[in-house]
Amino acid sequence: MKIVGLIIVSVTGALLIYAAADFPAWSDPASPASTYLSPHFIEKTMEETSVPNIVTAVLADYRGFDTMFETTVIFSAGVVCFFLLRISRREEPEARHYRHVLTGVTVQLKEGYKIPPSADFERIDAVWTPPDLIIKTGCRILIPFIQLFALYVIAHGHHSPGGGFQGGVILGASVILFAISHDLRTAVRRMSEKLIGILCAVGVLIYAGTGALCLLLKLNFLNYSALAGVLHVDPVTARSHGILIVEIGVGIAVLATMIWIYNNVSSAGRYRQGL
Amino acid sequence: MIWPIDLAILTLVVVAAIGALMVKDLLGASVLFGSYSFMMCLLWSIMGAVDVAFTEASVGAGVSTVFFVAAVFRTTRRTRD
Amino acid sequence: MIDLISTVVAKYNYWIYITLMMIGLYAMIAKNNLVKKIVGMNIFQTAIILFYVSIGVKKGATIPILEHGHGPDAHQVVHAVDYINPLPHVLMLTAIVVGVATLGVALALAIRIYNNYNTLEEDEILVQIREK
Repeated sequence: MKIVGLIIVSVTGALLIYAAADFPAWSDPASPASTYLSPHFIEKTMEETSVPNIVTAVLADYRGFDTMFETTVIFSAGVVCFFLLRISRREEPEARHYRHVLTGVTVQLKEGYKIPPSADFERIDAVWTPPDLIIKTGCRILIPFIQLFALYVIAHGHHSPGGGFQGGVILGASVILFAISHDLRTAVRRMSEKLIGILCAVGVLIYAGTGALCLLLKLNFLNYSALAGVLHVDPVTARSHGILIVEIGVGIAVLATMIWIYNNVSSAGRYRQGL
Repeated sequence: MIWPIDLAILTLVVVAAIGALMVKDLLGASVLFGSYSFMMCLLWSIMGAVDVAFTEASVGAGVSTVFFVAAVFRTTRRTRD
Repeated sequence: MIDLISTVVAKYNYWIYITLMMIGLYAMIAKNNLVKKIVGMNIFQTAIILFYVSIGVKKGATIPILEHGHGPDAHQVVHAVDYINPLPHVLMLTAIVVGVATLGVALALAIRIYNNYNTLEEDEILVQIREK
């Protein structure tokens, strides 16, 4: 297999290097990629959408269809991970482990018995290491600032590099940090599975719903200048606000998917024990 | 476009890619993959693609490495090749 | 000789991108371990994204964010020569995020395979399938 692989790779590589002789010179302003449509995008973005970040304007307004289907792809990837890994068979009730918080004594109860939720005993996983105090406290201090930065990135996608995707991923990373530093069970108790699944779908719904709203207001699908009547602004500013709304939708969908995939992959579906 | 920096980071990218594929420990492979991803992010910032670099930094060097480490934790860590 | 050197200097970055793509492709074909194949897939994807983004570079141009967009000197004429081509960046943003979604699905599949066959090496899995 390795020899076949080497032959295929060298033949393909040689063909590509031979074709690279025809490529346009690097960083040439007159290369074919920069001549047909992108000058129109660069020059007309400010007058048509009043968004200084050209990449965000093209991503969410001029190429809004691509981004909507990409959000759908992310959502379906989260759903696929859920279907592949999440086991919902009611197995025979297993032994539960509890830990007395004040003294640190661990208690194992036989199948079927359980302690009602109380402040003295916390439920732990079968394989458990005591969470380090320094890591726990450090992450607790750090996570609100990470979330604040992520919200800043989403909100300032118009004026600086950023936007919905980046902010959504950073928000998801903050919740994953919480799940790593504390228990997976604690993180799932804070943000339950049902909430994450609903959030994921709500993100896609916001995006497609904005497009459908523009359709109901008698213009094309995803033509945000139709929102000028609803928001009481002129059409150019309505496009800028429409971009902000769909970026928020994308951010919510990406946040929920990252947490969902992490929960399923790190616990192999059983949600009994995390990383 | 300062070509010495470009060449140096491209060399590091190729070394990290080859390293991630030759190491026999899967946890080391995921960490090297994270460093490969971060070097890519630097390359794109040098070329001026700041949005793409931001996305790769958060997605590739952040969340993607965590997914790899979580999957290696759930399966085995040694590999023969 | 001067011709060869000028060709190398003009095209060396394309050759390095092609080398990266071929490293990723070789890993997907020839490696036995499933996680190494997934790493190879991601190397391939990011190398292609690198190639695309490098198409949009212009000499002497700045990043594609308009300065003074909403300030007092807001209505200046914008020349397309001064800004880097934003279209490859937009397409590659989609590609990166789809890549991480694909990575999640691939790792979920690898965990399921490990639960079933108790190994991640491809030849051992094939032996176990043929024995059944």
